[in-house]
Amino acid sequence: MTMVRQQPATQAGTPQPEPRRRRTVPRGVLNLVSVLLGIGIWWLLPTVGFHDIPAPPEVAGRAWELTVDGTLGGDVLASLLRVFIGFVLGVVAAVPVGFLMGWYGPIRGLVEPWVQFFRTIPPLAIIPLAIVLMGIGETPKIFVIFLASFLACVIATFQGVVNVDKTLINAARVLGAKDRTIFARVVVPASTPFILVGMRVGLGSSWATLVAAELIAAQQGLGYRMQNAQLYYDLPTIFVGLIAIGVLGLLMDRILLFAERHLTSWQERR
Amino acid sequence: MIVIDRVRKVFPLAGAEFVALGDVSLELADNEFVTIVGPSGCGKTTLMNILAGLETPSGGRALVDGTPVAGPGPERGVIFQQYALFPWLTVRKNVEFGLRTAGVPAARRREIAEHFIHLVGLDQFADALPKMLSGGMKQRVAIARAYAVNPSILLMDEPFGAVDALTRVRLQEQLLDTWSQERRTVVFVTHDVDEAVFLANRVVVMAARPGRIVEVIDVDLPYPRTEDIRLSPAFATLRNRVWGAVYHQETPA
Repeated sequence: MTMVRQQPATQAGTPQPEPRRRRTVPRGVLNLVSVLLGIGIWWLLPTVGFHDIPAPPEVAGRAWELTVDGTLGGDVLASLLRVFIGFVLGVVAAVPVGFLMGWYGPIRGLVEPWVQFFRTIPPLAIIPLAIVLMGIGETPKIFVIFLASFLACVIATFQGVVNVDKTLINAARVLGAKDRTIFARVVVPASTPFILVGMRVGLGSSWATLVAAELIAAQQGLGYRMQNAQLYYDLPTIFVGLIAIGVLGLLMDRILLFAERHLTSWQERR
Repeated sequence: MIVIDRVRKVFPLAGAEFVALGDVSLELADNEFVTIVGPSGCGKTTLMNILAGLETPSGGRALVDGTPVAGPGPERGVIFQQYALFPWLTVRKNVEFGLRTAGVPAARRREIAEHFIHLVGLDQFADALPKMLSGGMKQRVAIARAYAVNPSILLMDEPFGAVDALTRVRLQEQLLDTWSQERRTVVFVTHDVDEAVFLANRVVVMAARPGRIVEVIDVDLPYPRTEDIRLSPAFATLRNRVWGAVYHQETPA
């Protein structure tokens, strides 16, 4: 995670000590320009031959309709609730398991083959099995989300514990700390950055898994809404669903990133 | 008092044995400042780790006040070359770490930490995180942290090895200043001959393959050690002697 420090904008009129240096436009402005440009291109697409693609006003109109009649809100709530439950369960289970794997060799030996095995199976591939075993209710959906976040987070936590600087552990030992203290006051804080990165990866894969799970069997949710719209060739609704998924995913990631910055601000960033 | 009695340490190395320490014996009186100097591979860090209880000898014994060393203990403070400060704790919390482990009440902890943070001259930085400090400041925090648990012995493993030459001289003076106010037995490992002579009342010169003590040189210069002493002919004579012992070791065939 490299932070790019922005150059302060150079004042107009003052002589430049380094005339070759390019004037830097604030990154936020570039981001905005990029977004507006993208929407502009999208707007042009239907006029240059892609007649099936709905233009932004049409999509915005549909978004408004779906918002007013409560459909969008209900779908968003249903999707977020699933992701939230599955993700939280996954993290709550992964952190202790990851710690145990990192701290105790035998547990690592017993658990690691299974973690590595399930990691190679995309959680989506579990859906058919989950539906057969757990029915088409909420359980199979939450289960695959749980699995997605658990696997991402368990590996990260385990790596975090393994990577704790030995010198720090020795420093704690020579200050009189026993295993329990070392674990609570050195290993846990030292691996927090890894866990938070694991949570971000886990949230991303939970979100991706959720939408796919809803495509297959659901009565509500953003994935279901898009699947349903597909049957009626309702492209604007599909666009609304896609945009909602993207925006919500981005928002959740930013929230975790914010938490990460705050919880690990002690790190020396190079 | 520290007694190192025929301590031996052997590591397996590519099917063979590497003798890091071959029957090393040494005695240190209370409140001595002893530096250990020698080329890399002479086992000086291994010897330090054995005294710290972080490694066990393959043979022989290390005794501290008559008790064999078995694992680390708060009576032996260790200062590492890599500072080893807990980066998520402020200077104050780092210094309090060992006290908290020992169950010292918060008010008393704070008082002790204040005292040692002041002693190393970092009052202004008590609530700063390690990432805000320079290398030299970090090492001063590590010294304060080691002192806080009130060890009778301080084991320092090339503590100033990673700082620049100017900072190093200042840190040496500050360390002696701290030590003169809070006397402890200090074992200080270094590969810098000047540093070894400037700090110590005895310099132990070691050689490699096998790791052994070749010479113990008394430094009969008075404390406090000032710049005048550092520039005196007596210092130069001693430094030259230690230099000769370190750099002109006859290696056994």
